[in-house]
Amino acid sequence: MESRKEVIAGHLVLIFGALIALHPFVSIILQALTPAPGSTATGWTLENFIGAWTRGGFSQSLVNSAIVAFAVVFVTAVAAVLAGYVLSVLKFRWRVAVFALLMIGLVLPSEARIIPLYNFFSSTGLLNTYWALILPQIASSLPLATFWMANYFAQLPNSLAEAASLDGAGEFEILRYIYAPLGLSAVLTLSCLIFLYTWNEFMLALVLMPDNVAVQTAPLSLSFFAGNERTTEPEVIAAAAVLVALPVVLAYFFLQRRFMSGLLEGAVK
Amino acid sequence: MTEVPSRNAGGHGQAEKPVRLSGEPFAWRHLLYLAPGLALYALFCLWPVIQTIQFSFHRWDGITDARWVGLRNYIQVFTSAQTLTVFGNGLIMIIFYAVLPVLIGLLIVAIMTRIRIRLLSVFRTVLFLPQILATVVVAVAWRWIYAYDGPINALLSAVGLGSLSRAWLGDFDTALISVGLIGTWINFGLCMVLFIGGAQKIDTQLYEAARLDGAGPFQEFMAVTLPGLRGEISIALVLTVTNALRNFDIVWNTTSGGPGTSTLVPSYLIYEGAFITRNVGFAAAASVVLTVLILVLTGVITRLMRSED
Repeated sequence: MESRKEVIAGHLVLIFGALIALHPFVSIILQALTPAPGSTATGWTLENFIGAWTRGGFSQSLVNSAIVAFAVVFVTAVAAVLAGYVLSVLKFRWRVAVFALLMIGLVLPSEARIIPLYNFFSSTGLLNTYWALILPQIASSLPLATFWMANYFAQLPNSLAEAASLDGAGEFEILRYIYAPLGLSAVLTLSCLIFLYTWNEFMLALVLMPDNVAVQTAPLSLSFFAGNERTTEPEVIAAAAVLVALPVVLAYFFLQRRFMSGLLEGAVK
Repeated sequence: MTEVPSRNAGGHGQAEKPVRLSGEPFAWRHLLYLAPGLALYALFCLWPVIQTIQFSFHRWDGITDARWVGLRNYIQVFTSAQTLTVFGNGLIMIIFYAVLPVLIGLLIVAIMTRIRIRLLSVFRTVLFLPQILATVVVAVAWRWIYAYDGPINALLSAVGLGSLSRAWLGDFDTALISVGLIGTWINFGLCMVLFIGGAQKIDTQLYEAARLDGAGPFQEFMAVTLPGLRGEISIALVLTVTNALRNFDIVWNTTSGGPGTSTLVPSYLIYEGAFITRNVGFAAAASVVLTVLILVLTGVITRLMRSED
Protein backbone atom coordinates (compact mmCIF):
# COMPACT_ATOMS: atom_id res chain seq x y z
CA MET A 1 0.00 0.00 0.00
CA GLU A 2 2.95 2.32 0.49
CA SER A 3 4.74 3.49 -2.61
CA ARG A 4 8.49 3.85 -2.65
CA LYS A 5 8.29 7.53 -3.52
CA GLU A 6 6.02 8.29 -0.58
CA VAL A 7 8.30 6.42 1.81
CA ILE A 8 11.35 8.38 0.69
CA ALA A 9 9.57 11.75 0.64
CA GLY A 10 8.07 11.14 4.07
CA HIS A 11 11.38 10.25 5.62
CA LEU A 12 13.12 13.19 3.98
CA VAL A 13 10.58 15.49 5.59
CA LEU A 14 11.17 13.85 8.96
CA ILE A 15 14.93 14.15 8.60
CA PHE A 16 14.56 17.82 7.67
CA GLY A 17 12.37 18.42 10.73
CA ALA A 18 14.83 16.59 12.97
CA LEU A 19 17.72 18.68 11.63
CA ILE A 20 15.84 21.89 12.36
CA ALA A 21 15.04 20.67 15.86
CA LEU A 22 18.69 19.80 16.45
CA HIS A 23 20.36 22.74 14.78
CA PRO A 24 20.26 25.42 17.53
CA PHE A 25 21.49 23.03 20.19
CA VAL A 26 24.22 21.55 18.01
CA SER A 27 25.37 24.97 16.84
CA ILE A 28 25.67 26.19 20.41
CA ILE A 29 27.72 23.10 21.32
CA LEU A 30 30.02 23.76 18.36
CA GLN A 31 30.33 27.40 19.34
CA ALA A 32 31.19 26.40 22.91
CA LEU A 33 33.99 24.16 21.61
CA THR A 34 35.50 26.90 19.43
CA PRO A 35 38.44 28.79 20.96
CA ALA A 36 37.40 32.26 22.14
CA PRO A 37 39.21 35.28 20.68
CA GLY A 38 42.50 35.75 22.50
CA SER A 39 42.79 32.08 23.29
CA THR A 40 45.94 30.23 22.36
CA ALA A 41 44.10 26.96 21.78
CA THR A 42 43.73 25.56 18.27
CA GLY A 43 41.04 23.20 17.06
CA TRP A 44 38.38 22.11 19.55
CA THR A 45 38.87 23.14 23.15
CA LEU A 46 37.19 22.71 26.50
CA GLU A 47 38.58 25.92 27.99
CA ASN A 48 35.30 27.81 27.46
CA PHE A 49 33.63 25.32 29.76
CA ILE A 50 36.31 25.87 32.36
CA GLY A 51 35.89 29.62 31.95
CA ALA A 52 32.11 29.37 32.40
CA TRP A 53 32.45 27.00 35.33
CA THR A 54 34.77 29.32 37.25
CA ARG A 55 33.88 32.84 36.07
CA GLY A 56 30.12 32.30 35.83
CA GLY A 57 29.91 30.50 39.14
CA PHE A 58 28.08 27.61 37.53
CA SER A 59 29.63 25.11 39.91
CA GLN A 60 27.49 26.77 42.60
CA SER A 61 24.33 27.43 40.59
CA LEU A 62 24.13 23.90 39.21
CA VAL A 63 24.27 22.62 42.78
CA ASN A 64 21.57 25.14 43.75
CA SER A 65 19.36 23.95 40.90
CA ALA A 66 19.85 20.37 42.00
CA ILE A 67 18.97 21.19 45.63
CA VAL A 68 15.80 23.03 44.60
CA ALA A 69 14.75 20.41 42.05
CA PHE A 70 15.29 17.42 44.32
CA ALA A 71 13.54 19.09 47.23
CA VAL A 72 10.52 19.94 45.06
CA VAL A 73 10.40 16.48 43.50
CA PHE A 74 10.68 14.70 46.84
CA VAL A 75 8.08 16.70 48.75
CA THR A 76 5.67 16.77 45.81
CA ALA A 77 5.96 13.03 45.26
CA VAL A 78 5.34 12.19 48.92
CA ALA A 79 2.44 14.62 49.23
CA ALA A 80 0.93 13.41 45.96
CA VAL A 81 1.15 9.74 46.91
CA LEU A 82 -0.60 10.46 50.22
CA ALA A 83 -3.24 12.64 48.62
CA GLY A 84 -3.74 10.36 45.63
CA TYR A 85 -4.27 7.40 47.97
CA VAL A 86 -6.84 9.11 50.15
CA LEU A 87 -8.67 10.51 47.13
CA SER A 88 -8.88 7.43 44.96
CA VAL A 89 -8.56 4.43 47.27
CA LEU A 90 -10.00 5.66 50.55
CA LYS A 91 -12.59 7.71 48.66
CA PHE A 92 -12.30 10.85 50.71
CA ARG A 93 -15.84 12.20 50.97
CA TRP A 94 -15.18 15.65 49.53
CA ARG A 95 -12.87 14.40 46.84
CA VAL A 96 -14.86 16.03 44.05
CA ALA A 97 -14.36 19.39 45.73
CA VAL A 98 -10.66 18.67 46.25
CA PHE A 99 -10.23 17.70 42.59
CA ALA A 100 -12.02 20.87 41.51
CA LEU A 101 -9.76 22.95 43.71
CA LEU A 102 -6.68 21.26 42.26
CA MET A 103 -8.01 21.79 38.74
CA ILE A 104 -7.55 25.54 39.23
CA GLY A 105 -3.83 25.07 39.82
CA LEU A 106 -3.46 23.00 36.69
CA VAL A 107 -4.06 25.94 34.37
CA LEU A 108 -2.85 28.83 36.50
CA PRO A 109 0.04 30.87 35.06
CA SER A 110 2.82 32.04 37.42
CA GLU A 111 1.87 35.61 36.58
CA ALA A 112 -1.32 35.20 38.59
CA ARG A 113 0.51 34.65 41.87
CA ILE A 114 3.92 36.21 41.44
CA ILE A 115 3.19 39.56 43.15
CA PRO A 116 1.75 38.17 46.41
CA LEU A 117 4.50 35.54 46.51
CA TYR A 118 7.11 38.26 46.30
CA ASN A 119 5.40 40.24 49.07
CA PHE A 120 5.06 37.17 51.26
CA PHE A 121 8.68 36.11 50.97
CA SER A 122 10.04 39.60 51.35
CA SER A 123 7.98 40.23 54.49
CA THR A 124 9.10 36.92 56.02
CA GLY A 125 12.74 37.53 55.13
CA LEU A 126 12.82 34.42 52.95
CA LEU A 127 13.40 36.26 49.69
CA ASN A 128 16.71 35.17 48.16
CA THR A 129 16.67 31.81 49.93
CA TYR A 130 16.01 28.29 48.63
CA TRP A 131 12.62 28.36 50.33
CA ALA A 132 11.39 31.16 48.10
CA LEU A 133 11.72 28.90 45.09
CA ILE A 134 11.01 25.49 46.62
CA LEU A 135 7.68 26.24 48.30
CA PRO A 136 5.90 27.88 45.34
CA GLN A 137 7.13 25.20 42.96
CA ILE A 138 5.86 22.41 45.20
CA ALA A 139 2.51 24.19 45.19
CA SER A 140 2.40 24.48 41.42
CA SER A 141 3.52 20.87 40.87
CA LEU A 142 1.02 19.37 43.29
CA PRO A 143 -2.15 19.49 41.16
CA LEU A 144 -0.63 17.54 38.28
CA ALA A 145 1.12 15.17 40.68
CA THR A 146 -2.02 14.47 42.69
CA PHE A 147 -4.16 13.81 39.60
CA TRP A 148 -1.38 11.59 38.33
CA MET A 149 -1.20 9.41 41.44
CA ALA A 150 -4.97 9.36 41.99
CA ASN A 151 -5.47 8.14 38.42
CA TYR A 152 -2.78 5.54 38.79
CA PHE A 153 -4.10 4.15 42.08
CA ALA A 154 -7.65 4.11 40.71
CA GLN A 155 -6.54 1.78 37.93
CA LEU A 156 -5.26 -0.81 40.38
CA PRO A 157 -7.74 -3.59 41.23
CA ASN A 158 -9.80 -3.04 44.39
CA SER A 159 -9.13 -6.58 45.49
CA LEU A 160 -5.60 -5.59 46.53
CA ALA A 161 -6.74 -3.32 49.29
CA GLU A 162 -9.63 -5.57 50.22
CA ALA A 163 -7.44 -8.64 50.66
CA ALA A 164 -4.94 -6.72 52.74
CA SER A 165 -7.69 -5.22 54.82
CA LEU A 166 -9.14 -8.68 55.52
CA ASP A 167 -5.66 -9.71 56.63
CA GLY A 168 -5.88 -6.97 59.20
CA ALA A 169 -3.69 -4.34 57.56
CA GLY A 170 -4.51 -0.77 58.47
CA GLU A 171 -5.03 2.00 55.95
CA PHE A 172 -1.53 3.28 56.25
CA GLU A 173 0.02 -0.18 56.04
CA ILE A 174 -1.94 -0.82 52.86
CA LEU A 175 -0.44 2.34 51.37
CA ARG A 176 3.01 1.60 52.71
CA TYR A 177 3.26 -2.04 51.65
CA ILE A 178 0.93 -2.31 48.65
CA TYR A 179 0.09 0.93 46.91
CA ALA A 180 3.34 2.82 47.35
CA PRO A 181 5.54 0.00 45.96
CA LEU A 182 3.12 -0.59 43.09
CA GLY A 183 3.05 3.11 42.31
CA LEU A 184 6.81 3.40 42.15
CA SER A 185 6.96 3.45 38.38
CA ALA A 186 4.29 6.15 38.15
CA VAL A 187 6.13 8.14 40.80
CA LEU A 188 9.36 7.91 38.79
CA THR A 189 7.76 9.16 35.58
CA LEU A 190 6.09 11.93 37.51
CA SER A 191 9.40 12.82 39.15
CA CYS A 192 11.10 13.18 35.77
CA LEU A 193 8.40 15.58 34.70
CA ILE A 194 8.53 17.71 37.84
CA PHE A 195 12.32 17.68 37.79
CA LEU A 196 12.23 19.03 34.25
CA TYR A 197 9.77 21.81 35.04
CA THR A 198 11.58 22.80 38.22
CA TRP A 199 15.03 22.77 36.69
CA ASN A 200 13.91 24.97 33.80
CA GLU A 201 11.81 27.48 35.78
CA PHE A 202 12.89 31.02 35.14
CA MET A 203 10.34 33.67 36.10
CA LEU A 204 9.88 32.56 39.72
CA ALA A 205 13.65 32.41 40.19
CA LEU A 206 14.10 35.85 38.67
CA VAL A 207 11.56 37.43 41.01
CA LEU A 208 12.13 35.44 44.18
CA MET A 209 15.92 35.11 44.31
CA PRO A 210 17.20 38.14 42.40
CA ASP A 211 20.04 39.34 44.64
CA ASN A 212 21.73 36.34 46.16
CA VAL A 213 24.25 34.63 43.90
CA ALA A 214 24.77 31.91 46.50
CA VAL A 215 21.29 30.42 45.99
CA GLN A 216 20.54 31.32 42.36
CA THR A 217 19.60 28.48 40.05
CA ALA A 218 21.42 27.66 36.84
CA PRO A 219 18.95 29.19 34.34
CA LEU A 220 18.93 32.46 36.29
CA SER A 221 22.74 32.52 36.48
CA LEU A 222 22.87 31.84 32.77
CA SER A 223 20.50 34.70 32.08
CA PHE A 224 22.62 37.16 34.10
CA PHE A 225 25.87 35.75 32.70
CA ALA A 226 24.62 36.00 29.12
CA GLY A 227 23.40 39.53 29.75
CA ASN A 228 27.00 40.68 30.26
CA GLU A 229 28.04 40.36 26.68
CA ARG A 230 30.50 43.20 26.95
CA THR A 231 32.63 41.35 29.47
CA THR A 232 32.01 37.76 28.39
CA GLU A 233 32.88 36.13 25.09
CA PRO A 234 29.98 34.52 23.22
CA GLU A 235 31.88 31.24 23.19
CA VAL A 236 31.97 31.19 26.99
CA ILE A 237 28.27 32.05 27.15
CA ALA A 238 27.59 29.18 24.79
CA ALA A 239 29.59 26.86 27.03
CA ALA A 240 27.56 28.05 30.03
CA ALA A 241 24.31 27.35 28.17
CA VAL A 242 25.49 23.82 27.37
CA LEU A 243 26.38 23.28 31.04
CA VAL A 244 22.91 24.39 32.14
CA ALA A 245 21.18 22.19 29.57
CA LEU A 246 23.38 19.16 30.03
CA PRO A 247 21.89 17.56 33.18
CA VAL A 248 18.39 17.63 31.73
CA VAL A 249 19.50 16.52 28.26
CA LEU A 250 21.47 13.59 29.70
CA ALA A 251 18.56 12.58 31.90
CA TYR A 252 16.31 12.87 28.85
CA PHE A 253 18.42 10.56 26.71
CA PHE A 254 18.73 7.94 29.42
CA LEU A 255 15.12 8.12 30.58
CA GLN A 256 13.49 9.23 27.35
CA ARG A 257 10.63 6.78 27.58
CA ARG A 258 9.65 8.23 30.94
CA PHE A 259 10.05 11.82 29.82
CA MET A 260 8.11 11.28 26.62
CA SER A 261 5.23 9.40 28.19
CA GLY A 262 5.26 11.85 31.07
CA LEU A 263 5.06 14.93 28.89
CA LEU A 264 2.42 13.47 26.60
CA GLU A 265 0.26 12.00 29.36
CA GLY A 266 0.73 15.10 31.47
CA ALA A 267 -0.68 17.01 28.54
CA VAL A 268 -3.72 14.78 28.32
CA LYS A 269 -4.61 15.57 31.91
CA MET B 1 -9.03 13.12 34.79
CA THR B 2 -10.50 9.66 34.63
CA GLU B 3 -13.47 9.08 36.88
CA VAL B 4 -12.53 7.12 39.93
CA PRO B 5 -14.41 3.81 39.81
CA SER B 6 -16.76 3.42 42.71
CA ARG B 7 -15.54 0.87 45.15
CA ASN B 8 -19.02 0.31 46.51
CA ALA B 9 -20.64 -0.58 43.21
CA GLY B 10 -22.59 -3.79 43.67
CA GLY B 11 -20.85 -4.40 46.93
CA HIS B 12 -23.71 -3.73 49.30
CA GLY B 13 -24.49 -6.51 51.70
CA GLN B 14 -21.76 -8.76 50.42
CA ALA B 15 -19.75 -10.62 52.95
CA GLU B 16 -16.35 -9.55 51.69
CA LYS B 17 -17.20 -5.88 51.75
CA PRO B 18 -14.24 -4.38 53.57
CA VAL B 19 -15.58 -2.31 56.39
CA ARG B 20 -12.41 -0.37 56.95
CA LEU B 21 -11.92 0.91 53.47
CA SER B 22 -15.33 1.76 52.11
CA GLY B 23 -17.47 1.92 55.20
CA GLU B 24 -16.39 5.38 56.25
CA PRO B 25 -16.05 7.80 53.41
CA PHE B 26 -15.05 10.46 55.85
CA ALA B 27 -12.72 10.18 58.77
CA TRP B 28 -10.67 12.89 60.37
CA ARG B 29 -7.49 10.93 59.88
CA HIS B 30 -8.09 11.03 56.12
CA LEU B 31 -7.43 14.74 56.33
CA LEU B 32 -3.93 13.92 57.56
CA TYR B 33 -3.13 12.36 54.19
CA LEU B 34 -4.31 15.46 52.39
CA ALA B 35 -2.93 18.03 54.80
CA PRO B 36 0.70 18.34 53.64
CA GLY B 37 -0.17 18.79 49.99
CA LEU B 38 -3.26 20.91 50.40
CA ALA B 39 -1.64 23.21 52.95
CA LEU B 40 1.25 24.03 50.62
CA TYR B 41 -1.09 24.32 47.67
CA ALA B 42 -3.44 26.66 49.48
CA LEU B 43 -0.67 28.80 50.92
CA PHE B 44 1.46 29.21 47.80
CA CYS B 45 -1.06 28.83 45.01
CA LEU B 46 -4.65 29.62 45.96
CA TRP B 47 -4.05 32.35 48.52
CA PRO B 48 -1.69 34.33 46.24
CA VAL B 49 -4.29 34.22 43.48
CA ILE B 50 -6.94 35.62 45.80
CA GLN B 51 -4.52 38.36 46.83
CA THR B 52 -3.74 39.17 43.21
CA ILE B 53 -7.43 39.67 42.55
CA GLN B 54 -7.62 41.88 45.62
CA PHE B 55 -4.61 43.97 44.52
CA SER B 56 -6.17 44.46 41.11
CA PHE B 57 -8.84 46.71 42.66
CA HIS B 58 -6.28 48.93 44.36
CA ARG B 59 -3.79 51.56 43.41
CA TRP B 60 -0.58 50.53 45.10
CA ASP B 61 3.14 51.20 44.72
CA GLY B 62 4.08 48.21 46.86
CA ILE B 63 5.25 50.34 49.79
CA THR B 64 2.76 52.95 50.97
CA ASP B 65 -0.88 52.23 51.77
CA ALA B 66 -2.98 50.81 48.98
CA ARG B 67 -6.00 52.81 47.85
CA TRP B 68 -9.24 51.24 46.61
CA VAL B 69 -9.90 52.33 43.03
CA GLY B 70 -12.61 49.90 41.95
CA LEU B 71 -12.36 48.92 38.31
CA ARG B 72 -9.96 51.67 37.31
CA ASN B 73 -7.00 49.32 36.74
CA TYR B 74 -9.14 47.12 34.53
CA ILE B 75 -10.37 50.12 32.58
CA GLN B 76 -6.75 51.08 32.06
CA VAL B 77 -5.91 47.58 30.83
CA PHE B 78 -8.70 47.71 28.28
CA THR B 79 -8.28 51.31 27.13
CA SER B 80 -4.58 52.18 27.25
CA ALA B 81 -3.11 52.04 23.77
CA GLN B 82 0.06 50.42 25.06
CA THR B 83 -1.70 47.62 26.93
CA LEU B 84 -3.85 46.85 23.92
CA THR B 85 -0.76 46.63 21.70
CA VAL B 86 0.90 44.38 24.25
CA PHE B 87 -2.08 42.02 24.42
CA GLY B 88 -2.20 42.22 20.62
CA ASN B 89 1.42 41.05 20.57
CA GLY B 90 0.32 38.20 22.84
CA LEU B 91 -2.29 37.19 20.29
CA ILE B 92 0.29 37.41 17.48
CA MET B 93 2.42 35.05 19.57
CA ILE B 94 -0.45 32.55 19.41
CA ILE B 95 -0.06 32.48 15.63
CA PHE B 96 3.63 31.62 15.96
CA TYR B 97 3.52 29.40 19.05
CA ALA B 98 0.30 27.54 18.33
CA VAL B 99 -1.18 27.95 14.85
CA LEU B 100 2.01 27.54 12.81
CA PRO B 101 3.30 24.47 14.71
CA VAL B 102 -0.12 22.79 14.47
CA LEU B 103 -0.31 23.49 10.72
CA ILE B 104 3.24 22.21 10.20
CA GLY B 105 2.42 19.11 12.23
CA LEU B 106 -0.75 18.47 10.22
CA LEU B 107 1.02 18.99 6.91
CA ILE B 108 3.66 16.48 7.89
CA VAL B 109 1.22 13.95 9.24
CA ALA B 110 -0.72 14.21 5.97
CA ILE B 111 2.39 12.95 4.18
CA MET B 112 3.00 10.28 6.80
CA THR B 113 -0.34 8.54 7.02
CA ARG B 114 0.30 6.34 4.03
CA ILE B 115 3.66 5.00 5.14
CA ARG B 116 5.22 3.10 7.98
CA ILE B 117 7.91 5.21 9.62
CA ARG B 118 11.32 3.69 10.22
CA LEU B 119 13.31 4.71 13.30
CA LEU B 120 10.24 6.44 14.69
CA SER B 121 11.58 6.48 18.24
CA VAL B 122 14.78 8.23 17.12
CA PHE B 123 12.80 10.90 15.30
CA ARG B 124 10.53 11.31 18.30
CA THR B 125 13.44 11.81 20.67
CA VAL B 126 15.05 14.43 18.45
CA LEU B 127 11.84 16.29 17.61
CA PHE B 128 11.02 16.50 21.29
CA LEU B 129 14.36 17.98 22.29
CA PRO B 130 13.25 21.65 22.07
CA GLN B 131 10.55 20.90 24.65
CA ILE B 132 12.96 19.83 27.36
CA LEU B 133 15.63 22.52 26.98
CA ALA B 134 15.44 25.38 29.49
CA THR B 135 13.94 28.45 27.84
CA VAL B 136 17.01 30.46 28.85
CA VAL B 137 19.22 28.01 26.96
CA VAL B 138 16.89 28.23 23.96
CA ALA B 139 17.08 32.02 24.09
CA VAL B 140 20.89 32.01 24.25
CA ALA B 141 21.08 29.61 21.29
CA TRP B 142 18.69 31.68 19.17
CA ARG B 143 20.40 34.94 20.04
CA TRP B 144 23.45 33.50 18.35
CA ILE B 145 21.45 32.25 15.36
CA TYR B 146 19.88 35.67 14.88
CA ALA B 147 23.09 37.59 15.63
CA TYR B 148 24.58 39.91 13.04
CA ASP B 149 27.49 37.51 12.52
CA GLY B 150 25.32 34.44 13.10
CA PRO B 151 24.25 31.52 10.87
CA ILE B 152 21.15 33.13 9.32
CA ASN B 153 23.03 36.10 7.95
CA ALA B 154 25.89 33.84 6.87
CA LEU B 155 23.40 31.70 4.95
CA LEU B 156 21.83 34.77 3.35
CA SER B 157 25.13 36.13 2.10
CA ALA B 158 26.17 32.67 0.90
CA VAL B 159 23.16 32.59 -1.43
CA GLY B 160 23.73 36.18 -2.54
CA LEU B 161 21.03 37.79 -0.39
CA GLY B 162 23.52 39.51 1.89
CA SER B 163 21.63 42.79 1.53
CA LEU B 164 18.82 41.29 3.62
CA SER B 165 21.06 40.51 6.57
CA ARG B 166 20.48 42.42 9.78
CA ALA B 167 20.43 42.00 13.56
CA TRP B 168 17.10 40.18 13.48
CA LEU B 169 16.17 40.69 17.12
CA GLY B 170 17.18 44.34 17.14
CA ASP B 171 15.23 45.47 14.08
CA PHE B 172 11.79 47.03 14.52
CA ASP B 173 10.48 45.19 11.46
CA THR B 174 11.69 41.72 12.34
CA ALA B 175 12.00 41.48 16.14
CA LEU B 176 8.46 40.30 16.87
CA ILE B 177 8.49 37.75 14.04
CA SER B 178 11.92 36.52 15.12
CA VAL B 179 10.79 35.99 18.72
CA GLY B 180 7.66 34.27 17.44
CA LEU B 181 9.62 31.89 15.25
CA ILE B 182 11.57 30.74 18.31
CA GLY B 183 8.20 29.63 19.68
CA THR B 184 7.40 27.87 16.42
CA TRP B 185 10.68 26.01 16.75
CA ILE B 186 9.96 25.06 20.38
CA ASN B 187 6.52 23.67 19.58
CA PHE B 188 6.59 22.15 16.09
CA GLY B 189 8.22 18.92 17.23
CA LEU B 190 5.65 18.49 20.00
CA CYS B 191 2.84 18.80 17.45
CA MET B 192 4.51 16.38 15.05
CA VAL B 193 5.04 13.78 17.76
CA LEU B 194 1.47 14.14 19.02
CA PHE B 195 -0.07 13.92 15.55
CA ILE B 196 2.09 11.06 14.27
CA GLY B 197 1.18 9.12 17.41
CA GLY B 198 -2.48 9.93 16.93
CA ALA B 199 -2.53 9.06 13.23
CA GLN B 200 -1.15 5.63 13.94
CA LYS B 201 -4.15 4.91 16.12
CA ILE B 202 -6.59 5.64 13.30
CA ASP B 203 -8.18 2.46 11.97
CA THR B 204 -6.56 1.64 8.60
CA GLN B 205 -9.91 0.32 7.37
CA LEU B 206 -11.13 3.91 7.32
CA TYR B 207 -8.39 4.74 4.83
CA GLU B 208 -9.18 1.71 2.72
CA ALA B 209 -12.85 2.64 2.71
CA ALA B 210 -11.99 6.20 1.69
CA ARG B 211 -9.81 4.92 -1.13
CA LEU B 212 -12.51 2.55 -2.34
CA ASP B 213 -14.79 5.59 -2.49
CA GLY B 214 -12.22 7.17 -4.79
CA ALA B 215 -10.89 9.74 -2.33
CA GLY B 216 -7.62 11.42 -3.28
CA PRO B 217 -4.92 12.21 -0.72
CA PHE B 218 -6.51 15.57 0.13
CA GLN B 219 -10.05 14.24 0.58
CA GLU B 220 -8.66 11.33 2.56
CA PHE B 221 -6.90 13.77 4.87
CA MET B 222 -10.03 15.87 5.36
CA ALA B 223 -12.35 12.90 5.82
CA VAL B 224 -10.24 10.50 7.85
CA THR B 225 -7.03 11.96 9.29
CA LEU B 226 -8.28 15.32 10.48
CA PRO B 227 -11.34 14.00 12.37
CA GLY B 228 -9.21 11.18 13.77
CA LEU B 229 -6.74 13.67 15.22
CA ARG B 230 -9.28 15.88 16.94
CA GLY B 231 -8.14 14.89 20.44
CA GLU B 232 -4.46 15.43 19.66
CA ILE B 233 -5.11 18.78 17.97
CA SER B 234 -7.02 19.91 21.02
CA ILE B 235 -4.17 18.93 23.36
CA ALA B 236 -1.58 20.56 21.12
CA LEU B 237 -3.56 23.80 20.95
CA VAL B 238 -4.18 23.97 24.69
CA LEU B 239 -0.49 23.48 25.44
CA THR B 240 0.85 25.82 22.79
CA VAL B 241 -1.68 28.61 23.30
CA THR B 242 -0.87 28.60 27.03
CA ASN B 243 2.83 28.68 26.13
CA ALA B 244 2.29 31.57 23.78
CA LEU B 245 0.52 33.74 26.32
CA ARG B 246 3.01 32.96 29.08
CA ASN B 247 5.94 33.83 26.88
CA PHE B 248 8.06 35.66 29.43
CA ASP B 249 11.36 33.77 29.50
CA ILE B 250 12.12 33.99 25.79
CA VAL B 251 11.29 37.69 25.55
CA TRP B 252 13.24 38.58 28.70
CA ASN B 253 16.29 36.70 27.47
CA THR B 254 16.27 37.84 23.85
CA THR B 255 14.85 41.33 23.37
CA SER B 256 13.62 42.52 26.81
CA GLY B 257 10.56 43.77 24.98
CA GLY B 258 12.51 45.94 22.56
CA PRO B 259 13.43 47.50 20.32
CA GLY B 260 11.11 50.17 21.64
CA THR B 261 8.06 48.22 22.73
CA SER B 262 7.89 46.07 19.61
CA THR B 263 8.20 42.71 21.39
CA LEU B 264 6.46 43.64 24.65
CA VAL B 265 4.12 40.80 25.67
CA PRO B 266 1.59 40.61 28.55
CA SER B 267 3.77 38.67 31.02
CA TYR B 268 6.60 41.11 30.47
CA LEU B 269 4.27 44.04 31.07
CA ILE B 270 3.10 42.39 34.30
CA TYR B 271 6.66 41.86 35.47
CA GLU B 272 7.61 45.46 34.69
CA GLY B 273 4.55 46.90 36.39
CA ALA B 274 4.92 44.73 39.46
CA PHE B 275 8.65 44.95 40.08
CA ILE B 276 10.16 47.83 38.14
CA THR B 277 7.68 50.69 37.78
CA ARG B 278 5.87 49.45 40.92
CA ASN B 279 2.40 49.98 39.54
CA VAL B 280 1.27 46.89 41.42
CA GLY B 281 -2.49 47.28 41.11
CA PHE B 282 -2.29 47.65 37.36
CA ALA B 283 0.07 44.69 37.03
CA ALA B 284 -2.31 42.59 39.14
CA ALA B 285 -5.26 43.58 36.94
CA ALA B 286 -3.26 42.73 33.81
CA SER B 287 -2.38 39.32 35.25
CA VAL B 288 -6.03 38.63 36.09
CA VAL B 289 -6.96 39.53 32.51
CA LEU B 290 -4.17 37.30 31.17
CA THR B 291 -5.27 34.39 33.36
CA VAL B 292 -8.91 34.77 32.30
CA LEU B 293 -7.81 34.95 28.67
CA ILE B 294 -5.87 31.69 29.05
CA LEU B 295 -8.81 30.01 30.80
CA VAL B 296 -11.31 31.17 28.18
CA LEU B 297 -9.15 30.20 25.21
CA THR B 298 -8.30 26.75 26.56
CA GLY B 299 -11.96 26.23 27.50
CA VAL B 300 -13.13 27.24 24.02
CA ILE B 301 -10.55 25.00 22.35
CA THR B 302 -11.48 21.91 24.35
CA ARG B 303 -15.19 22.55 23.85
CA LEU B 304 -14.91 23.17 20.11
CA MET B 305 -12.79 20.11 19.51
CA ARG B 306 -15.12 17.90 21.50
CA SER B 307 -18.61 19.05 20.57
CA GLU B 308 -18.56 18.11 16.91
CA ASP B 309 -18.88 14.43 17.59
